[in-house]
Order: sequence, then C-alpha cells, then structure tokens
Amino acid sequence: MPKTSAEVQGMGHSMKRKEDPRFLRGKGNYVDDVQLPGMLHMDIVRSPFAHAKIKSIKTEAALKVPGVLAVITGETLAKYNLHWMPTLMSDTQMVLPVEKVMYQSQEVAAVIATDRYAAADGVEAVEVEYDPLPVVIDPWEAIKPGAPVLRTDKKGKEDNKIFHWEVGDRSGTDKAFKDAEVTVKQDIYLPRIHVASIETCGCVADFDKVNGKLTVYMTTQAPHAIRTVFALVAGHVGLSEEKIRIIAPDIGGGFGGKVPVYPGYVIAVAASVVIGKPVKWVEDRMENLQADSFARDYHMTAELAAKKDGTITALRIKTLADHGYADAAANPSKFPAGLFSVCTGSYDVKKAFAEVDGVYTNKPPGGIAYRCSFRVTEAAHAIERITDVLAQELKMDPADLRMKNFIKKEQFPYKAALGWEYDSGDYHAALKKAMDKIGYAELRKEQAEKRARGELMGIGICSFTEIVGAGPSKHFDILGIKMFDSAEIRVHPTGKAIARFGTKSQGQGHETTYAQIVAEELGIPAAHVQVEEGDTDTAPYGLGTYASRSTPVAGAAGALAARKIREKAKKIAAHLLEASEEDLVWETGKFSVKGAPGRSKTIQEIAFAAYTNHPQGMEAGLEAISYYDPPNLTFPFGSYICVVDIDRGTGMVKIRRFVAVDDCGNIINPMIVDGQIHGGLTMGMAPALLEEITYDESGNIQGGSFMDYLVPTSMETPSWELDKTTTPSPHHPFGAKGVGESATVGAPPAIANAVVDALSHLGVKHIDIPITPEKVWKILKEKGVAE
Amino acid sequence: MIPSSFDYHAPATLAEAVALLGKYPEDAKVLSGGQSLLPLLKLRLGQAGHLIDIGKIPGLEYIKEEGGMLRIGGRTRESALERSEIVQKRYPILVDTAKVIADPIVRNLATVGGNLAHGDPGNDHPATMLALGAQVVAMGKSGERVIPIDKFFLGLFRTALQPDEILTEIRIPAPVEGSGGAYVKLERKVGDYATAASAAYVVIGTQGFVERAGIGLTNLGPTPIKATAAEKYLIGKKPETAALAEAARIAAQATEPSADRRGAVEYKREMARVLTGRALKKAVERAGGK
Repeated sequence: MPKTSAEVQGMGHSMKRKEDPRFLRGKGNYVDDVQLPGMLHMDIVRSPFAHAKIKSIKTEAALKVPGVLAVITGETLAKYNLHWMPTLMSDTQMVLPVEKVMYQSQEVAAVIATDRYAAADGVEAVEVEYDPLPVVIDPWEAIKPGAPVLRTDKKGKEDNKIFHWEVGDRSGTDKAFKDAEVTVKQDIYLPRIHVASIETCGCVADFDKVNGKLTVYMTTQAPHAIRTVFALVAGHVGLSEEKIRIIAPDIGGGFGGKVPVYPGYVIAVAASVVIGKPVKWVEDRMENLQADSFARDYHMTAELAAKKDGTITALRIKTLADHGYADAAANPSKFPAGLFSVCTGSYDVKKAFAEVDGVYTNKPPGGIAYRCSFRVTEAAHAIERITDVLAQELKMDPADLRMKNFIKKEQFPYKAALGWEYDSGDYHAALKKAMDKIGYAELRKEQAEKRARGELMGIGICSFTEIVGAGPSKHFDILGIKMFDSAEIRVHPTGKAIARFGTKSQGQGHETTYAQIVAEELGIPAAHVQVEEGDTDTAPYGLGTYASRSTPVAGAAGALAARKIREKAKKIAAHLLEASEEDLVWETGKFSVKGAPGRSKTIQEIAFAAYTNHPQGMEAGLEAISYYDPPNLTFPFGSYICVVDIDRGTGMVKIRRFVAVDDCGNIINPMIVDGQIHGGLTMGMAPALLEEITYDESGNIQGGSFMDYLVPTSMETPSWELDKTTTPSPHHPFGAKGVGESATVGAPPAIANAVVDALSHLGVKHIDIPITPEKVWKILKEKGVAE
Repeated sequence: MIPSSFDYHAPATLAEAVALLGKYPEDAKVLSGGQSLLPLLKLRLGQAGHLIDIGKIPGLEYIKEEGGMLRIGGRTRESALERSEIVQKRYPILVDTAKVIADPIVRNLATVGGNLAHGDPGNDHPATMLALGAQVVAMGKSGERVIPIDKFFLGLFRTALQPDEILTEIRIPAPVEGSGGAYVKLERKVGDYATAASAAYVVIGTQGFVERAGIGLTNLGPTPIKATAAEKYLIGKKPETAALAEAARIAAQATEPSADRRGAVEYKREMARVLTGRALKKAVERAGGK
C-alpha cells in the first residue's frame, strides 16, 4: 500500500506518465525535430567492403551536385588530428579512414549540403576506389597464428587479440572438476544483435563562431559524459568544456545503443566548427543497423561440476568475445568483460573461474550493453542453459535442481565466488510463485501425455540474478570520473518544485518516477514536481541512464536531496510553530508538534516561508543538491517459466504461456515497472527466436535492414503474465533496485530452455539462439519426427 | 532512404496515363499503392525518371460479382478486399491471402493490381490467382485485353504487361457448388515475405471426386508457380488424406527455391509440401468434402 495519498502520488502509485500526453499527441521533440536557421545537412558515404585499402576518393562530381557545399574525408580531419578517436576501453577507432576501411558500411566520407536530398545525391556522386584486402570474419580464425593482422595501425601488433581477462580461482575450480561425480560441458553462442531502437542516432551540431560556443542536440544517454569527452578529445582544436553544451532532447529508445560516440557525431561537430553553421546528421535505418554498435557476440563454453544428488560444486566458463575491428565497448566498469563475472547466477557455487579473450574481426566495433549492465545477459544465458544441461544429465527436474542450489534467503548479503556481494534475495519464493502461477506440476503431466501422442511441448525455467546500478566507484568509472549520479531540487515559494537529474530518460518515464520520489519524500504532489534532464547547461553533472542505474543511483540522489530539504524545512517549521525541532514530527507533507496534531505546517506553507519569513541568520530558499555514490550494486532477480508448442511440420515455436515473477525491491510506479517488464520480455524473446546479425565470408552483413532483422511485432508477442515478490535492497535509500533490464536478461534462457525441453526426450541438449523454424525443423528431421 | 529525383505525373484518366507511359517507354513506372515501388526507389535499387500515379483516376477501386465473375478493380486496396462482405462470404481464400500480406498499415495503401503487376514471386496474390484460374485485364493504347493468369508471370519482376499497359481489373470465376480454397503461408514474422506459401482450390463433384484442382506456390522460384502436375494428379481422386499428401509431394517437386535467410533449399521445398498439404486439407473442408 502506498504511504501517500492519491493526490500526492508518491511511491507505489501507478501514476499515469507525465510525458505521455506530448508523445501521444505527436508533440515530442526529438533530434530530427530540431530546425535551426541556416542549418545544413550531412549524409555519409559508406564502404561496400569489409576490409579494403582506399586508393582514392574523388569528390569533384559530388561537389558539382546542386546544393552540395563540402565533402569531408579522413584527410580533411587528419589536418586537425581528428581522424582517429579514443574509445572508452583505451582502444582507438577511426572517425574517417585515411588508409583503409575495416568493416562493411564504415564511414568513408561525409557530404555537407543545403538540404537532405542534395546530401544524398552528393553521396551517390562521391567516387571511391578500393583495393580489397583479406577479410577476417570468424573470431576463431582471427586468433589462429598466421591470420591476417587487422590493426596494422598499431605499431608492433602481430595478432588480432585485444585482451585476456580472467576472474576466480583457477586451480581450485580445476580441482573441483577433477573430483566431481558429474560434469557437463556445453558450447553456447550468443549471437550478434542490435538494439534497433525506434529512433536512429543523430545530432545537430551548432557552433557559434562569434561566441566560440558549441551546442549539440544529440541522441545520447549520457550528455554530461559526452561533454567531457568532447572537451578532452577536441581540446586541442579549441573546444573548451564551459563552451560546450550537450542537449539530449526526447529520445526514442536507447538500450545502450546511444551511449557510444559514433563517428557521425564527431564529423558533424567538425563540419559545424569549420563551416560555422548548424549541421544536422540523422542516420537512416540501414545505417543504424549496419554500422552502429552491436551487442553480445560471445562464444562461450560453460561447464558445471556437481555431486550425483545435484549439488553444484563448481562452474568454469571460457569465452571468445568478438569485438569487431575496435574495442569500442560502452562499458563503464573496470573489467574488459563488464559484469560477466555474475555468471554464478542464483546458485551457491563454491568454486568458479571465468576467462574471456577479446578479438578483432572485420565487423563494426562495439559492443554495447543492450539492455543489460554489460555482459550480464551472456552470463545469465550461460548459467541458466548449463544448469538445464546438468538437470538433463542427472535426470532431475530443472525446478528441483534450481531449488536445491539456490542461495538461501538467510545467506544474504551473499559473497559470490567471483567476488560480488549480492545485497538481498529470496530465490526460492520467486520460483515457487512462478511454478504455482503457471501450474507447473499439471504442465509436466500434460507434457508426458503429449509426448506419448507424438506432440512436442516444452517447459523452460530461468531463475536469473541481475546486477545493476553502476556503480560503486571502486568498480566503475568513465575516463576516471566516478559513477555517481545527481539530483538538484528547488522548491518554489508556492510549494511547487523543479528537480533536475544527471541522467537522461529514453522512454523510462523519469519525469514521472522522479517526481514520485520527490513526492514521497516531501509530500509535494508529483503533479507539482517538474523533472528536467539532458541539458548540460542546467542539469547537475551525472553519468547518464543505462545499466538500470537511474533509480538505484540518481533516484537515490533525488531522495537524499529531498531529505536535505526536509532538514531545512524542519528548521523553518520550528520557527513558524515556535517549537523546538526535537518536538516536531514529520508525516507526509507536514511537520506537526508532538502531542498537538492541530499545530502543524505543510510543506507548501514552509516553502512560502522559506522566501518570506525564514528565521534570522538562515539563508533564503529551499533547495538542495546531492551526488550519490552507491555503496554497492543492486541485485534484482526473478524466475520466469515459459511453455512452448512446436509445429512438427514447420519447426515453428509458439510461446503458449510465459509467467514472469520479478523482484526489483521497492517499487516507485507499478505500472511503469510492468511496462518495463513487458517491453523487456519482448526484447528478450526477439533474440531467442528472431533477431540475429550475421556476415558472409566476404564480410557482407546479413540482416542489415528490417527485411531481415526481425524485430517482433505485437503479433509475435505472447500475452505476458506478470507477478512479483518484493525484497528491498538494504543499502538503497528507499529499498529500490533497478528493473529496466531484468526481463531482457531473463527471457532468452527461459525460451531456449523450453524449446530444448520440448525436444529433450529425443536427446537434444542445446540449441543456440535465435531458435528459428528452420533450425528446429532440421532437428526434427534428423530425429525422424518431422511431419 | 532518399530516392534520386524523378518527375511525378497524376493523370486524370486511363487514356492519359497510357499516353504518358507511351511517351516515356523506357523510363516510366506506374505508381499504384507504392508499397513495393517506393522502397525500391528509396533504397536506390531501382530508378524511374517518371512516376505515373494512377491514384487520381476514378473507377479503379471496386469489388463486385458480375457475369459469373468476381471483378476486382486494379487499384482496390488490400484492406478493402480483406473487409469486403462478398469476399468474406464467398471467397475465403482471398481473405486468407489479403490478411497475410505485409501488415495492416501497408494493406491500407497496397493494391491488388500492384501486388500482381509487380511480378514479385514473393507476393501473395499471384499464387492464389493461379489456383483460382483468374484473368487479368490490361488497358493499353490499342484498348483492353484479357490475359489468363497462367500466361501472366514471365520471370522475376517480369509480366505479360506491355510497358504502356496498365492492369485495370482482376477477374475470378465465381465459386460453384462443392468448391473451396485456402491460402497457407509460413512467415518468420508478420510483414515478412513467405518462407513458403501455398494456395489450393478444389471443386468436388457430387460423387465426391475432385473435378478441378488449382495449386499455386509463393516465393518458391523465380516466378509464382502453378503446380500443374499436382493439380492433374488430384483430378478424379477422392480428396482423402493419402491423395492430398501425394499431391502435396508432387507440388513440392515443381519448386525451384533459392536459399536465403528464410531457409535452405531443402527446407523451403519441404515447406512447400507441408503447406500445400495443409492448404489442400483446408480447401477440401471448405468445399464441404470433410
């Protein structure tokens, strides 16, 4: 039950989203809506080859196209030393190439024109002569001795390896495997996918030559960090941080894909600085799919050691990570494989060891944390799949095996074998709730009957543990900047407020949920709290929205800033009520004198007094700012159960039911949380059954348009059945955890496990996602059960 | 996603449209619903100096039964076909087909004539029209001519239409007693072209034997395929499980699929068999056979 009234709409109220009226009426303001006087347009020439020397770029014909003003090449940028840029992972990537291209659709040149059509015609007219080079697409080939070395720009580089990273007790784990009664091993590939948000990336760069000020309207999830990056990278050409303003207006989905700095942004900024006019660049859909950062692409080999009774004793995972031609991972952690070390999942695994090798190939650089706190989806898939492989080996029910190995409620805070301290959890309760809701025992009975009739039905479980809310400064930073986040609240004389945050919503509903946090803490109705983010000239410095960090970090800052305001309000109330502070009690929205409930002052009265009648010696105003560095991450969790039916004729998998029991601690807005889970489940189903980006041996992208990159529609999406348990985070100011990513992490293994379960009696142990009809049909045919 | 420049014409009559096509024989395209043409232009996979928009010409959107035929105006929207009462009541195979074409937004603009005239083997109407034995009416400078559908599809994106002809009407024989048809499509997701699809139409005589059979296949070769051998096989047979399965097997042999992201050749051929079996079964049920 919410503590606040329906008028105040604090935590626990399903308040309707404050941002929706403008979106529903088409009144949002996205980057492509920005129109500035004299604005020019940019379009990009892209490489048809995955690996080729650039012999020449001829621009004469393009410059003759009416409306085309300039063609920018790598040579142009090299004059300013802007043709390469650093990545967050201490690697480098090209802005525009001078010598060679490294992936198909790589930026080769940019055309600046007076309108978008002329720019496109100009792109068509730029003549580039290439000399194709040997292409390395398969990461397993890339690591072989003698493979063509891709990063010839790096002096002395003799192979395609990027990094080797390992965590855990190697020898202890090896010994546990040697001593084990049962072991299982499975190769698991998580394919390359793309966030495919509804709005592609773009910017309007506006350099004011007179004042030397650069304003960039930009599709970014982290405007403040971008400002600092621009200042550090382009300081040598005169961009200074106080003269850079990044504005992230409304954003149509980020999912991690709008964290990186793409070459297009940098070229547009350079063009505006050189020409002195605003320059707009907005990708089209195919550019977005083909050249922007990918996610996943992890080749994992997972192993479990166990006793015959099902007790898991050790986990070992070896991974080859395909990063494309540069390690441009949007990964704010100190670890090259992000938070992959959460791969022990929900289980009390005593010994564990994980290692990841990063490798270069002729593919776009990345990757990004697609709706997960970097490599958590990979980790969850590995542990949840290999757990089912073990259940099959032991002929145990996968639910029983999970129940047997779950970390117990009383073990929290729990120190996991690979180092993380899980804050809180009750895994048994979540799985039990999911099993009861779906009718697990009856489904197993039905499955047995169907099997006897030759029908194929499967039940899959995933009991995931998420790790979100980056993050504690001991584990996370961006260019050394700690991963705190911020809130600044100002209460106006009439008791209304404005609250500004260092994050940036891309659809999460911050204008609503942050207002509800302030409402909860101060009793000011959420409707009276205006939330602003995304303008670096006005909002306090923060690291942005990704990794499910807004509520755990900026939300916490909001609560703490509100509590500072409450402290001051208390002093003003004591003055107004002529009572001592110790005699005042706070209940939502007002201070009363103990034992005299009639004697009270509302927050609105106090706010007015803060400007009109504050105690002598006290500064006027009622505002506060807070920067919150979380002591730990938060660990949301859940248990999902999926039921599938398989068409024996076509191999088509149909999700009949999907129950999702989530636990994200205390909830701010239940409706928004449900929405996050609905969307997340759909985005989790997508790679499980539909989405994948592949390349042919020449490096041609397959699935580079919505014709072949199969984003699900409502027709493919089942009716999700949601439920929840509530286990508050003990270290968060109001007990919340993040929720934006749980479903994306938890859904794929549940679906994959269900399909494998449907075929397990035929000896099937594993299927890599996406589980396409053709893949299933091939298995059915091989096993002799196809229609 | 920006096309090269082109000239846009919006003639008010068919005669004007035909004259414009004659004027730019190498370089003009008819713009009907635009749902196939515009993406080609925007992706610069195709180019046209002149687009002749037939959208302003009156009298090209209708669905009516006349003279023992269902007559569909060439510019009739897919959504109109889907919602038409007479089609829903008497031509369920057309509803099957229309409702799996792309998605509702596309169907509000896409036209039945365009779906045929584009000559794309991945389009859905061609197979259904082949199964039904439809006719296509084309208007050119020398007047109107009627083309039987099995003479219409000549190759990939190639039809029997002359460069200065416009498809104005589709004619489908009205259903007779004991007839039934169905269209079954396998697609990876809504809006996708078929991995494989099959249209089946049967007429079952009073004695319970198949008198006429039509089978059309989508996206299983360079043109839409009429599975003639399978059709012949069914004539005179009782429409029972074994016969339908054998017809489906024969139909699959007529396919020449190419491998793509929808599947390998073997898979597509097998899907032709599976889906034809299902379409035939449904057609027989609708014919009242079982």
